Amino acid sequence: MIKAEWFYWLVGLSFLVMAAQMVTDRSNPKRFGTGAFWGLIGAGFIYSSWVVTKQAPAEPLGVAVLVMACLAGFGFTGRGTPRTTTPEQRAASAAKLGNRLFVPALTIPVVAMACAIGVKHVTIGGEPLLQEGSETILGLGIGAVVALVVGMIILREKRISVPVQSGRSMLEAMGWAMLLPQMLATLGAIFQVSGVGDQVGKLATSVLPEDSLYIAVVVYCVGMFAFTMIMGNAFAAFPVMTAAVGWPVLVGHFDGNPAAVLAIGMLAGFCGTLVTPMAANFNIVPAALLELKDQYGPIKAQLPTAGVLLGCNIVIMALFAF
Amino acid sequence: MIVLLGVLVVVIGFATKRNPLLVVGVAGIATGLLGGLSPGKVLAAFGEGFAGSRAVTIFAITLPVIGLLERYGLQEQARNLIARFARLTTGRFLALYLGLRQIGAAVGLTNVFGHAQTVRPLAVPMAEGAAERKYGKLPDRTREKVRSFSASADNVGLFFGEDVFLAVGSILLITGFVNTTYGTHLEPLQLALWAIPTAVCAFVVHGWRLLRLDRQLERELLTANVRDTAAVEAAQ
Repeated sequence: MIKAEWFYWLVGLSFLVMAAQMVTDRSNPKRFGTGAFWGLIGAGFIYSSWVVTKQAPAEPLGVAVLVMACLAGFGFTGRGTPRTTTPEQRAASAAKLGNRLFVPALTIPVVAMACAIGVKHVTIGGEPLLQEGSETILGLGIGAVVALVVGMIILREKRISVPVQSGRSMLEAMGWAMLLPQMLATLGAIFQVSGVGDQVGKLATSVLPEDSLYIAVVVYCVGMFAFTMIMGNAFAAFPVMTAAVGWPVLVGHFDGNPAAVLAIGMLAGFCGTLVTPMAANFNIVPAALLELKDQYGPIKAQLPTAGVLLGCNIVIMALFAF
Repeated sequence: MIVLLGVLVVVIGFATKRNPLLVVGVAGIATGLLGGLSPGKVLAAFGEGFAGSRAVTIFAITLPVIGLLERYGLQEQARNLIARFARLTTGRFLALYLGLRQIGAAVGLTNVFGHAQTVRPLAVPMAEGAAERKYGKLPDRTREKVRSFSASADNVGLFFGEDVFLAVGSILLITGFVNTTYGTHLEPLQLALWAIPTAVCAFVVHGWRLLRLDRQLERELLTANVRDTAAVEAAQ
């Protein structure tokens, strides 16, 4: 069986290799801090396997995570001069290779799709070939590895150091943004165990007037929106707002259609995801990946859409769920 | 109520533009301690959170191959390709991308597109290429705008497509939570059907805004070009 952990190890290992390259890269004025940051992430990826199965204590990893946050947060990381081709070389290469360049790029989605649809059902000796529940992640990982092999053959590139160097440049360009989604997921978990959700639920109930269906719909949808903005994740907001308003008031008191109320409530939360830096993997990471000067660029582009869709959700729920 | 101070730390941190990693670290420690966790438990929570959320970082596995292809001119070729389709403007191309992303997510292919795999190497050069064919070299501000809208097309398509698919995390979260908490029996299919009206609204609203992007670009770039020409003439 192909396990998701193998790909976490592969990612961890490549971070370690890239960290070693970063330390030796004299063009980076902060090479030791940068190397330490990515080295810790890489080691953390591998160590995590035993934390997940509870065979190793989580505290040392927690210390490492906070060290990483400090390294990046206090400016000890930087980036070297990427060793790459000039625009002229790239134009000439594009003219020579033409659309063959797309083959490896399209290999990733094609393999990912094949794994999610077809290979998912393949079993060997009664055991599924791909770890259950991780098919799409495995598809992405397998797709990336296959694409790398295909790419190196098509480009006649023999040195494995070339893609590793290119990947490293992209990592350095992304810098701390790379760690943020994982940090935020952690924050969500801490909010959960500390009872932040219960408190917000109490607040929501206390502002809600009785016997006004439309105000209750608005409170539920806007609450999902706002709480998702704070938590960066509609999944974290959903149990809170549903326990406070969605189920007891909208379904229980006003006799709403539960499937409609809950499905649309979740989508109101997704509107909040569009406009919060807390949803870093959707909003901040792409800004770094696309080398935007304004890290809130994607949020600004999404803000009007999110506002209109929040209104749409409120109207759809008010009209069709009761 | 005092645990809500952690939320306040986050809001103030982002509002004052401190480094997000530090903001989140401080908010997590403060909330954990105020919520009655021991310092050891707080550390363990950070460790477990990191270990449990590695899936969001696994897209890094695609960076070497994307980097390799970019080195050999992938972005340039994406521009060349789009330049051949004269009718495909930036806005129309991005609206098309939005639709594809939404349909992909709706049939369960959430990892087929994405910012690292498709937006940076393919969608952005194509969207920029379509604008460049018409207006020449883009000023930095316009380039930023096109890139921001490319990222938004991916996000909106993903969010409002995936809930139409039965096996996606959010649908399973809803049924799991409600069926165990309230002892009812909701089927994923019922929920997925109720995601369709919003999915249609999302495509119409964001698609319309993407198409309008063309007019915005035209206004911005034509005035910019006029100003450039005027500046050149003034210099002469």
